[in-house]
Amino acid sequence: MQNETSDVLNQFGQGDADAFEALFRQHQRAVYGWILRIVRNPAAAEELTVESFWRIHRAHTRFNPAQGFEGWARRIATRVALDWLRTKRTESELPLEFCAEVAAPVATDPAVIAEIRLKIAQAFGRLPPKLRIAATLAVIEEQTQKDVAEALEISVAAVKLRVFRALRLLRKDLEQQGITP
Amino acid sequence: MNAHDEERMKKLLRQAMPPVKNDAEPGRDLWPDMLRRLNANPAENLAAKHAAPAMPGWACFNSAWFDGALLAGLVALAAFFPATIPVLLYYL
Repeated sequence: MQNETSDVLNQFGQGDADAFEALFRQHQRAVYGWILRIVRNPAAAEELTVESFWRIHRAHTRFNPAQGFEGWARRIATRVALDWLRTKRTESELPLEFCAEVAAPVATDPAVIAEIRLKIAQAFGRLPPKLRIAATLAVIEEQTQKDVAEALEISVAAVKLRVFRALRLLRKDLEQQGITP
Repeated sequence: MNAHDEERMKKLLRQAMPPVKNDAEPGRDLWPDMLRRLNANPAENLAAKHAAPAMPGWACFNSAWFDGALLAGLVALAAFFPATIPVLLYYL
């Protein structure tokens, strides 16, 4: 099995179309799941998965089979998702299925809870994409900081800093709207 | 913002935007879309990669050294025969 996988990776690196299809079928779900975590929009995640594999396909000559496919594909998918975040204002189109019922500290009225939920999502959507992606992966998705750092191609310290800045900006935005977290 | 505030913000954020389920998968097979994308850009298709190079042999000629030599020649000409400078400027 290991040899078979290794063969497929080597063949992909050499430009074999069948090997690319095999890798696509094997990893499309993982890549889609990773992108969905970042963009939180299923339709966009499907499109971006295809875009990611397109970039993977174009970059096959730079692929190093010794370093494995999954991490490399994840880095490319992260860049694709980040590009998408930069061009979209997601706060206005965040699907409601990705907004939970907020257990607001003081509000008990469902209408108030729904409003707070929406304002938090909107404020989060207004964060700079670089900060948003770090906070999404590290805080919401609870990925390890090491994994986030590898995906974003930055250091663990930089991930911590981005998450801190994201939370501080989010708090400031909410306070300006009269919501005291 | 202290550590307590930071933890509180994290908690609020998680409550407002829950994590994506681990079993999330695309609603359809994406390979047909991928195939369409590959076929729409045949020039970059993996299969086309191994086709014969379109560039003729003479195009591989590296002219950098020739440019340098030509420039050096013109500078020497202008230095030894200053009267040629207006002629060179005319043809520039």
